[in-house]
Amino acid sequence: MASPTRTGRLQRAPENFISPELAGDIARHGLDEARRGFLRNSFKAAGAALAAGAGTAAWAQNAAGAGDQMILEPRPWTTSLGKPVAAAPYGMPSRFEANLQRRESPGLTRVSAASVAFAPLQGFFGIITPNGLHFERHHQGWFDVDPSQHRFMVNGMVKQPRVYTMDDLMRLPSVSRIHFIECGANTGPEWGNAAVPTVQYTHGMLSCCEFTGVPLSVLLDDCGADLVKGKYVLAEGADGSSMTRTIPMEMALDDVMVAWGMNGEMLRPENGYPLRLVVPGVQGVSWVKWLRRIEVGDQPWNAKDETIHYVDLMPGGLHRQYTSIQECKSVITTPSGGQVLLDKGFYNVSGLAWSGRGKIKQVDVSFDGGRNWRTARLETPVLSKSLTRFNIDWTWDGSPVILQSRAMDETGYVQPRYGQLREVRGSRSIYHNNAIQSWKVAESGEVSNVHVE
Amino acid sequence: MSTSSKLRSWRGLGPAVFSLAAAALLAGGAVCAAPASAAADSAPGKFAGVGRAATPAEVAAWDIDVRPDFNGSFGESNEVFTPIAGGTTADDIKTGRVAALAGNTQPQRTTLMKVSTVSTLWDYVHRAMPWDAPKSLSTDEVYSVVAYILNLGEIVPSDFELSDKNIAEVQALMPNRNGMTTDHGMWRVDGKPDTRNTACMKDCVKEVKISSRLPDYARNAHGDIAAQNRVIGPVRGADTLGPPLAGKAGENAGPVRAHAWSTLALADAAKPGGAPGAEAPAAGAPAGAAAPDLAGARIVSATTCAGCHAVDRKMVGPGYRDIAAKYKDQAGAGEMLIQKIRKGGAGAWGPIPMPPNPAISDTDLKTVVDWILSGAPAAN
Repeated sequence: MASPTRTGRLQRAPENFISPELAGDIARHGLDEARRGFLRNSFKAAGAALAAGAGTAAWAQNAAGAGDQMILEPRPWTTSLGKPVAAAPYGMPSRFEANLQRRESPGLTRVSAASVAFAPLQGFFGIITPNGLHFERHHQGWFDVDPSQHRFMVNGMVKQPRVYTMDDLMRLPSVSRIHFIECGANTGPEWGNAAVPTVQYTHGMLSCCEFTGVPLSVLLDDCGADLVKGKYVLAEGADGSSMTRTIPMEMALDDVMVAWGMNGEMLRPENGYPLRLVVPGVQGVSWVKWLRRIEVGDQPWNAKDETIHYVDLMPGGLHRQYTSIQECKSVITTPSGGQVLLDKGFYNVSGLAWSGRGKIKQVDVSFDGGRNWRTARLETPVLSKSLTRFNIDWTWDGSPVILQSRAMDETGYVQPRYGQLREVRGSRSIYHNNAIQSWKVAESGEVSNVHVE
Repeated sequence: MSTSSKLRSWRGLGPAVFSLAAAALLAGGAVCAAPASAAADSAPGKFAGVGRAATPAEVAAWDIDVRPDFNGSFGESNEVFTPIAGGTTADDIKTGRVAALAGNTQPQRTTLMKVSTVSTLWDYVHRAMPWDAPKSLSTDEVYSVVAYILNLGEIVPSDFELSDKNIAEVQALMPNRNGMTTDHGMWRVDGKPDTRNTACMKDCVKEVKISSRLPDYARNAHGDIAAQNRVIGPVRGADTLGPPLAGKAGENAGPVRAHAWSTLALADAAKPGGAPGAEAPAAGAPAGAAAPDLAGARIVSATTCAGCHAVDRKMVGPGYRDIAAKYKDQAGAGEMLIQKIRKGGAGAWGPIPMPPNPAISDTDLKTVVDWILSGAPAAN
């Protein structure tokens, strides 16, 4: 090893143990006592890490001898110059967070242009979904639509059909509201049996953002919509599939928004830039992306995504149409399927609860497969048709257990068990599975997806 | 919403199902901004200076929807690749209920088993087909495609001429026309739920019965779950490329932590807690000097190529590795493939034509072809 105290020349350090900033600083200004100190500490830190041996443990608690080297030996980031501002003009997550990404479920769909990328719920905190990790569902691919070419039209049973540019829409009185969006097919692969390993794939067609836009009621009013004969609106997208969905007028006038903002910035292209419909409490397919048109009519449209797709097959062979409301549901995200508990002892069991019919009133958690339940803490804010974060203390004794969460919304409706849901809807519905999720914790610490009737 | 006067009838098995020329125009043509502000606003709205009246031509251009009452101008794709016809019987056409749906006797549900209204079929083809060039079919062609599908389902004879005059009669033959219900509580916010669970807190069930668990063979079906979880905190992801863990959690913690850390594949990953400085490669960049050149893979996965082609299997078009196997030793294969992708073609891989791709740059096109002919290496 080079001896920095004996020679004034900088020699090549092994494996980049010196930060580029320090190396540059020394190269420019030479070594003095202060810089020698930085350099010594860098080598000591690196040596300590190597001495700990491959595979063990910078993360683990280690108070052997005088104590933890991570405390006793100054870290390089404490003893050298950091990066300048705006080095990353659009900030990105730490490289240590790279595992948390949107992912497809292999074999679920044939082509990626008509597929799903699931959000990594297992890594989220609180209720807001980071924009880059919002789940994706496209029916005929996505575009980064040129906002200067985008137009929004209202027509049908209105006094005057009107056209708005983005400049027009963004001048209007706007509102900002936090709502969940869940695909009607979320948890769909699980109707018959346990099929996928982690909460990303069981529940990851779920996100929650603060959306900013103009209430649809303002635009309907501006066009003189016929609210006597007009019982429904049709929303239509500008993409190749020109997604269309029927929305009852009472919803359209209540809390539906024509939105451009998403968590403080514009919508991401994958989520409908520059304009999408926000239909709080209703399945994601109705939140039409790249929204180009609203038509007012007196009957539902029976669109392709209302009779060929997004219909729920019942045991007798009938399909339910217009199943829109996402009923009360919850899931534990930590710990969850595919994760490993590192030891027995204390854990903060954490999860998400939501209802398309309003606020979450209560979440109960069972640690014995549903025999007994304890009420969890609801973290603020608790908002209507939004995700709500719940937490509950748990000390694991190391024996096998089954964890479940069960949510109740403000209407008093309680999330059903699998047996209750299948008794009514069978197991081929595909859509609207809001059953209680079970996670089995083995003695080994591994958590797996199981179904409990 | 008004019925178009452009409607014509069309023989069921018309020859030109897909209009390649129209597809090419749609794929390559530039779209100009509409002269929105130029239109005079005869009916100002409630917000001064915001929005304007839509012209009749504009409404006609976009108001393409057709309702089951045939109100409109006639004319998911996630299931584009499931069969359209099949699973329906002559009895179903009489009853309007597809019997196979109740019996669960079909491996999958075809479009004709589900669709209740012929208007929807027309609207679907008109607005969203063909897959890579939606809205490129003429009105006649839409009728032709719909009639062809109905004939495949033995709903109309092969010489049937579908038109706006007789489409209502065809509705009376749709096999699943009586197969839909809105009698449920999930359409309106005050609807009645199906289930009535209670918030029982103590001794709620006698026996906890696990009815289903993930089979062992599916353990690695989603790759290494350790690489899909955070590398700090109360838990790690399990190494699902290996067997399930045995023993007790505390004994497994060391290897579990070490494996989780290794999934980041950082330059300094072997030394957890080692000094920073070595920058992680940019997202998506190949890791390590020996990694194959995946620039071509990144281009095809980010463009419309992905709509029809996969690396290792046939989808709509051939897999990239099959293309490589066929042409890799052929002189001039690179230039031939460049021309084929640029201009489109048909016949080399079956009846489905390859559309032209005028939008891809020369540089990207060469990168893609070089990548294909190098055997189409994938990231993992």
